[in-house]
Amino acid sequence: MKNIQEIFSDLKEKFGDAVLELIASPPFESIITISPLQIADVCLFLRDNEELKFDSLVCLSGVDDANGKTIKNENGDSVIEGGTLSVYYHLESTGFRHKIILKVSAPREDPVVASVALIWRHADWHEREAYDLVGFKFLNHPDLRRILMPYDWEAGHPLRKDYKNPEFYMGMKVPY
Amino acid sequence: MGLLDKQFAKEGIVISSLEDLLNWSRLSSLWQVGFGLACCAIEMMATSASHYDFDRFGVIPRNSPRQADIIIISGTVTLKMATRIKRIYEQMADPKYVISMGSCSNCGGPYWEHGYHVLKGIDRVIPVDVYVPGCPPRPEALLEGLLKLQEKIRNESLVKKTA
Repeated sequence: MKNIQEIFSDLKEKFGDAVLELIASPPFESIITISPLQIADVCLFLRDNEELKFDSLVCLSGVDDANGKTIKNENGDSVIEGGTLSVYYHLESTGFRHKIILKVSAPREDPVVASVALIWRHADWHEREAYDLVGFKFLNHPDLRRILMPYDWEAGHPLRKDYKNPEFYMGMKVPY
Repeated sequence: MGLLDKQFAKEGIVISSLEDLLNWSRLSSLWQVGFGLACCAIEMMATSASHYDFDRFGVIPRNSPRQADIIIISGTVTLKMATRIKRIYEQMADPKYVISMGSCSNCGGPYWEHGYHVLKGIDRVIPVDVYVPGCPPRPEALLEGLLKLQEKIRNESLVKKTA
């Protein structure tokens, strides 16, 4: 079993600049931030390394940080420009019983993140959900389609903070 | 109803109007589409089970809309599901009836304001005969809804569908 500090220094030694920082916020678990295009390499290392063996991706979730500038567009709707969207990965090793949280932040205008769907197969649907609701583009994902919303949903990604629901969908009125 | 009003003592003959006979036979065997959506469906299944016994009113779940007379919309209708429900309803043969069960299918329920994915009432897609309020309604409430529907069918006219 390794603590977060040891795991962080292992990663830092192996990947250098791709591993950004360790955010400690006791009593909650610490978070290691990774750069979005290297996350797949880091995860493959975390899964296969003999002393780490993170064999389980507990959860993968997309978050809208909403840390950009809020401006009004020509229709009078407030939209967010700039800032980041983040993906959190909760990992656990069922053998060693240690856990970590990884975080990647990608720019809101082009949120490209490397896919881990081929490292843990259940990340496939988690990443489709994050794509569907927040709008991440996962590189090398085998089947990046919407999973919850209808396939022909054109109004964007509902869990973004500046999302605006359409008036009609296929002739059905959407607002109350 | 007057179905057994005029009965001859010996020959086993009953005189009734055709309307009464048709309405009585319709309301006594309302076969429902075997179809559930959310937590209301659990209550609907409890209503079908031995304790509340939907079958005593002639309600039997059928696995094809083509063999069913009634569809109980039991739960949250998402926009994605609404298109499917419309198709199922269109596949049912006339005469067909709809019970909207629970707040979600009546009006959107707790998702009325922020539910970006929820249809705010199934009556925006298909015509509803009886609304059963509740979140979810107890089996007794669903039985009451069924009795109300039976009442409606009992007063139907051959020339004009009222329910």
